[in-house]
Amino acid sequence: MQKMPQWADVLLIPLVSLILAAFFSAVVILAIGENPWEALKIMVEGALGSTYGWGYTLYYATNFIFTGLAVAVANHAKMFNIGGEGQAVMGGLGVALVCLYIPFPHWTLALLAAAATAAVFGAAWAAIPALLQAKRGSHIVITTIMFNFIAASLLNYFLIGPLKADGMEPATARFPEAARLPTFQDMFSSPDNPLFRGAPANVAFFVAILACIAVWLLIWRSRLGYEIRSFGWSEPAARYAGISPVRIIMLTMLISGGLAGMMAINNVMGEAERLVLNSAEGAGFIGIAVALMGRSHPLGVFLAAVLFGFLYQGGAELSLWTGIPRDMVVVIQALVILFTGALDNMVRMPLERVFSTLRRAPKPDSKSTTARTAE
Amino acid sequence: MADAAPAIELKGISKSFGPVQANKDISFKVMPGTIHGIIGENGAGKSTLMSILYGFYKADAGEITIHGTPIDITDSQTAIRAGIGMVFQHFKLVPNFTVLENVVLGAEDSGLLRPSLARARRELKALAEEYELNVDPDAVVEDIGVGMQQRVEILKALYRQADILILDEPTGVLTPAEADHLFRILGNLKDQGKTVILITHKLREIMEATDAVSVMRRGEMIETVTTAGTNPTELAELMVGRTVLLQVDKTPATPGAPVLQVSDLKVEHDGVARVKGVSFEVRAGEILGIAGVAGNGQSELLEVLGGYRPATGRATVNGVDLPLSGRGADGRSRRDAGIAHVPEDRQSEGLVMEFAAWENVGFGYHHTDRYSRGTLMDHAALKADCAAKMERFDVRPPNPNLLAKNFSGGNQQKIVVAREMECDPDLLLVGQPTRGVDIGAIEFIHQQIVALRDAGKAVLLVSVELDEILSLSDRVAVMFDGRIMGERQASETNERELGLLMAGITDTDAPHSEAEIEANLARRSASAEKEA
Amino acid sequence: MTLTTKLFSAAAGIALSAGAALAEPAIIYDLGGKFDKSFNESAFNGASRWAEETGESFAEVELQSEAQREQALRRFAEQGLNPIVTTGFSFASVLEQVAPDYPDTTFMIVDSVVDQPNVRSVVFDEHTGSYLVGVMAAMASESHTVGFVGGMDIPLIRKFACGYAQGVKATDPEAEVLANMVGTTPAAWADPVRGSELAQAQISQGADVIFAAAGASGIGVLQTVADEGVMGIGVDSNQNYLHPDNMLTSMVKRVDNSVYDAFSAGESLEPGVVTMGISDEGVGAAIDEYNEGRVTDEMRTALDEARAGIEDGSIEVHDYASDETCDAISF
Repeated sequence: MQKMPQWADVLLIPLVSLILAAFFSAVVILAIGENPWEALKIMVEGALGSTYGWGYTLYYATNFIFTGLAVAVANHAKMFNIGGEGQAVMGGLGVALVCLYIPFPHWTLALLAAAATAAVFGAAWAAIPALLQAKRGSHIVITTIMFNFIAASLLNYFLIGPLKADGMEPATARFPEAARLPTFQDMFSSPDNPLFRGAPANVAFFVAILACIAVWLLIWRSRLGYEIRSFGWSEPAARYAGISPVRIIMLTMLISGGLAGMMAINNVMGEAERLVLNSAEGAGFIGIAVALMGRSHPLGVFLAAVLFGFLYQGGAELSLWTGIPRDMVVVIQALVILFTGALDNMVRMPLERVFSTLRRAPKPDSKSTTARTAE
Repeated sequence: MADAAPAIELKGISKSFGPVQANKDISFKVMPGTIHGIIGENGAGKSTLMSILYGFYKADAGEITIHGTPIDITDSQTAIRAGIGMVFQHFKLVPNFTVLENVVLGAEDSGLLRPSLARARRELKALAEEYELNVDPDAVVEDIGVGMQQRVEILKALYRQADILILDEPTGVLTPAEADHLFRILGNLKDQGKTVILITHKLREIMEATDAVSVMRRGEMIETVTTAGTNPTELAELMVGRTVLLQVDKTPATPGAPVLQVSDLKVEHDGVARVKGVSFEVRAGEILGIAGVAGNGQSELLEVLGGYRPATGRATVNGVDLPLSGRGADGRSRRDAGIAHVPEDRQSEGLVMEFAAWENVGFGYHHTDRYSRGTLMDHAALKADCAAKMERFDVRPPNPNLLAKNFSGGNQQKIVVAREMECDPDLLLVGQPTRGVDIGAIEFIHQQIVALRDAGKAVLLVSVELDEILSLSDRVAVMFDGRIMGERQASETNERELGLLMAGITDTDAPHSEAEIEANLARRSASAEKEA
Repeated sequence: MTLTTKLFSAAAGIALSAGAALAEPAIIYDLGGKFDKSFNESAFNGASRWAEETGESFAEVELQSEAQREQALRRFAEQGLNPIVTTGFSFASVLEQVAPDYPDTTFMIVDSVVDQPNVRSVVFDEHTGSYLVGVMAAMASESHTVGFVGGMDIPLIRKFACGYAQGVKATDPEAEVLANMVGTTPAAWADPVRGSELAQAQISQGADVIFAAAGASGIGVLQTVADEGVMGIGVDSNQNYLHPDNMLTSMVKRVDNSVYDAFSAGESLEPGVVTMGISDEGVGAAIDEYNEGRVTDEMRTALDEARAGIEDGSIEVHDYASDETCDAISF
């Protein structure tokens, strides 16, 4: 039996969680002597009030869509891929190699090649933990998180070694002109009407939307998705139906890792246009919160990613224009993650109770109603 | 004064879960010092009602009176204080604790365990003598048999001063002899003035053990009658709301060529031999029933034939070898080889509970052209096929979009049976086809299995319900401790003979004393439990 | 929700602080954050000193992500803030691109060179400053073993280590220099526990003076040094006050001075490359009330000689960053 209508599950719970998070954030901001209402205004205006703001919000959102989808796909097989960070880092390495060493005639070709390489690198990075899980039963949570550290060290090796450009910074050289992606500014601005000025949102955003559609098709329309979901809900059932657990674990993690790796076409190729240390910047972990909040559905992931993009860009504006310290901005972001992710049940259970009461109350059904009034 | 008032009286109890009303205005009385049966189909609301009584759910409306005193049961602690004890279908014991520790758990006198244990040991001894509840207090729970574990649950309740004992489907895991022993214990409890509520769907137990019986149907209390004044047919009709056939109507089999041939099949798991070399064959147009108490290797046998447990030995279908391990030993290859399988556990294997019914009708066959186009699933075909199957198999509600978990047990099983039978298999494997299934659906499922046999298919039936084995099978093989103890023509054997085989006692015609059987049972169930 | 509204209205009286006015100077701290007790904090101190002395205000921001580098630069430039100071070489690549878009704004970058007409690049001779503290370390050491704990293993930190080792070896050719890096990721700047472990290891190998060039990780190094009763050398800011009884000196890198100078110059800040070395006290060995008791006359003499030698070229301190090699120490 359904405890709540679906709209409540999909919309109301995140909304209530957000309001709670906003409330506690307001308390935090008050406590450090700032005005929460002003802060909210700065965040909203800075993130959503101009094409410039949207340009940043959607840039961050693009990162989170990729990593969120990565976590979501793995979730459908009940595997917790917390290695999105490392997979994205490796994707970045792939992008950098392709962009630095292959002379492309046009950015479209560069994008295709970079996306494919990023996916392959990310998938390869997920493949080893997947294989350990499938064949040896090593817990994927442990192995993927370990691989984040290995990826970080590997990236470091390349950036202070073979790929390092001249200068002090551990980073690659800038990618050649032909491997740079058009930004929203390039795409939508005209000389009289400058839009998205300086914002890093780029064509990778549309790739992310395509990825959402592809993941939806995969999970809810394809045979593989059907097998992934049945394996996720019940491994014994999957084995009974002749679905090989090894195959599902491997394929799911390869797809998951590939998606996380593809984030690199946005942050490495689209924004930085070179590879720097710590390029993923925690987006792999934000992906977990995004997938949780988005209920592992591509549409939910998309919306949650935009929300987190808003928090990132709004938070940046907050740091720029107020005395609210950076760490408090992180606290606010953390509160949102806490309420939408970890404390889901805290909001869900009371709401379910409200709904079951509401549902009974208007029923003119004589017996139960009279019995209650009689009490 | 307590004798005058009913031990339990419920007035106007109602409980809804969302749009589903599980209990509708239920009123009934249980007199003290009696065994009161509650019978009803699965999903009739028996378990909900007992959960309300035990404080797991709160009723939306209604009143509960214990020994004449109205009481508001808010949680299980209140229920325990009111003298209610509950023995669940699935035992709630800590497997690596001793019997004594389990009994004391949650009812310790103080922070120090030692005095509690010492007191419990004395009381346990007294209880054991009083009610014939012999259990070794120092045995570790996971080492003792299912029947023993059930006694521990009863002891737990008595140790907490329960004088009203509720047992939910207590005989599901017991052999007939163990069940008989349980009913003797219940009789002793009754003689000592305790009140027992027995929830079951087995008419025979109601008739044998109870003083009065209440029949529930679709959330409502239909009638409470004295057991002496009723008969199984009447009860069955009350439960289902129409006349039912308790016996399967079938003609004698006309077996054809062998379809499944198994020789010297062995299964080992974690170093323990589960199946120790079994050989048998199933012919076209016959039903071979495999009887046995749960945990004697039948489940493993089905899983091997279903393709998801490795084994050694040999098995052929229509003369073609089935790979028993490695490549080709998987559910998909088995289906391609013409084997359909209704698994023992439909909730964790046969169905994906979180899938809609239409997604489940293709489960296992989803790779066939019927249900997929290229790499995508053919949703339209699945939904159409689901609607058609639901109509042919009378699945209720006939809503393909409903999640599998929201159907009752019987309707879930109908979905599985429909899927597995309608793919035109040469061999049908059926495990516990009617476990947790209501009487109406049992009748239907049995008819379908017989119809498949009559269509010339081979059927291998595994069930722990002797009644079912006897009424469905053409031939019966009994498994005990991983071996087949003997084979009988169903028409030439009886429950007692099979019961002895199930207990591991072979064909020597020496008379068997009750004590011998008991000893044998204890040994067997201990070893079976260890393997499970 | 109503409660939130109430709180909001209750808070309406509280104004937001730093609202940026036009033509103020601005500073953008690197990801390490402004209170890193080291490089960024030194820059912050320079800015604060200027603000206190002039009574004027400045805009500042701490970054959270790479993408914000460009964002902060552009936003500040668009607001008309001038000059805009960035701390750290990580801004070089971004500044290269952004600076041409705002020809009327003067930018300043510390620790890297950006060749744009409106950028002032301030670099420090860390190797010579490190050479000086190396000289002191060699003289203070009784075990002829000194240590170096670096933060993240990057060329800049190796430049510190190389200069330090040269100073040690020039003073005491027999001395051994132990060198360790906290790590290879940015986390190495903020891991005092690991810093402490490395210091412990070096002390057990006989080191009795340890130079910590490791950002916030250095706090752990110096704490261990104090706990074990040996001597430590701080970095960037003057850290002598941290452990008055156990600090030999600090290799100060006067980022604060460079920021102070930039803010004071205001809109008329001169672009171009500025190297701050020993002669203009851009780097040096800090001597103050906390450590003057431990700085012997011989040390002062040696320091003066080294300083003079470096200035007149008679002492040539090899810069690791110039060719990424170092003879005095192997990594």
